[in-house]
Amino acid sequence: MAEGLTYEEGKKHVRNGLLLLGLVTLVEVFFSLLGKGYVIEGLDNLAWLGYLIGFALVVLSLYKAYYIVYEFMHMRYEVRGLAFSVLLPTLLLIWAIIAFFQEGTSWKQRREQIKEKNEAPAEDVKDLQGLLLQDDVYIMNK
Amino acid sequence: MATTETVTENKTVDQQEDAWSGGKEPFKASYGKLMMWYFLLSDAFTFAGFLISYGALRFSSPSWPVPDFVFSTAPFGIHDAPLIFVTIMSFLLIISSGTMVRAVQEGHRENVRGVVFWLLMTVLGGAGFLGCQAWEWNNLIAAEHMSVTTNPFGTHTVSGEYLEDENGEPYGPNKEREAFEEGESYLIHQHDGEWVQRQFVTEAGLVGEQQFGPKAFGALFFFITGFHGFHVLSGVAFLLIIAINAASGIYARRQNGHEMVEKIGLYWHFVDLVWVFVFLVFYLL
Repeated sequence: MAEGLTYEEGKKHVRNGLLLLGLVTLVEVFFSLLGKGYVIEGLDNLAWLGYLIGFALVVLSLYKAYYIVYEFMHMRYEVRGLAFSVLLPTLLLIWAIIAFFQEGTSWKQRREQIKEKNEAPAEDVKDLQGLLLQDDVYIMNK
Repeated sequence: MATTETVTENKTVDQQEDAWSGGKEPFKASYGKLMMWYFLLSDAFTFAGFLISYGALRFSSPSWPVPDFVFSTAPFGIHDAPLIFVTIMSFLLIISSGTMVRAVQEGHRENVRGVVFWLLMTVLGGAGFLGCQAWEWNNLIAAEHMSVTTNPFGTHTVSGEYLEDENGEPYGPNKEREAFEEGESYLIHQHDGEWVQRQFVTEAGLVGEQQFGPKAFGALFFFITGFHGFHVLSGVAFLLIIAINAASGIYARRQNGHEMVEKIGLYWHFVDLVWVFVFLVFYLL
């Protein structure tokens, strides 16, 4: 039980927490469907709205995560060192997310590039060197 | 004896009676609770690794199945109900988190009956979630024929209209053709055990046929939701064991406010926490 709360207050705390998490989940589902054009037709064609809703969904999910960790798992009532030693390492994930998403985008671009060059007629591909390493250029000069 | 020697040794080293016998706890938390936190931290990294690879593969793919098209079926023959079933699953987990907090509260009051009751409620929530997940998997595998290596959920990259109906029969000259738009999702059906990839003609006049969606989708879905489901399953097993132990009065005799219930509570909330993010990346985005 949360420190300093009576039994009745503790029960109320649980009920309020459940209501809050349930409400946030419903809002998330509503936003998601709104962005996909279910609620109002045509909204799925607006790219900026898609990004905005994606951002809002991430923020709401992080808020849910915060609530679960701090209230349900009682992190709020642990000493600061414990909270830091558990939470700070997760910051490493920020770089992992940036790096791997960038990597994924790069794979896609390379696949497209290779597909384009494969489809183009041989005589039209002027910069064949682009697919070779610097050291391989002698092949072209033979 | 080895144990006694170690204790004496420590006494002489730091002259503290209690430091190594549990008297002074780092971060004012018991060993069990602290280690549960660190286990959960490592588990969080495992899940983060999976979810980040999902993101990387999704970004690397020219098209990706739209979740509210893939997950739009619910039991009792409900179709075209995007995300409804999975929202119910989320609610089950959230509610079971709440009943878990109640069990911990009753534990602090040393109320054995309350602890057992609320632990069993939590087990019900977890088992309900697992049942829903079993239905969802069964529907995807048996009805929609998605597997780890085959993903029948594709996306149109250009607008056009179909030349064949859903059974792969060509439309007659007088029959109106079904049109589709760029970005629209489709499910490749099976007819008599054979895939039917419907032929279509694009607006530019090119003829093509439905292509399978990115393979990685099926593998990622079954692997990540399966890994989470396995966490839920083991959580349910642990909850049952601890409910039985609590009922036997073993935790009440320890006089520590049912700390074991608190520890399994941490694990259970973590399972709920992971679902928040699985729900976000697989279903919402």
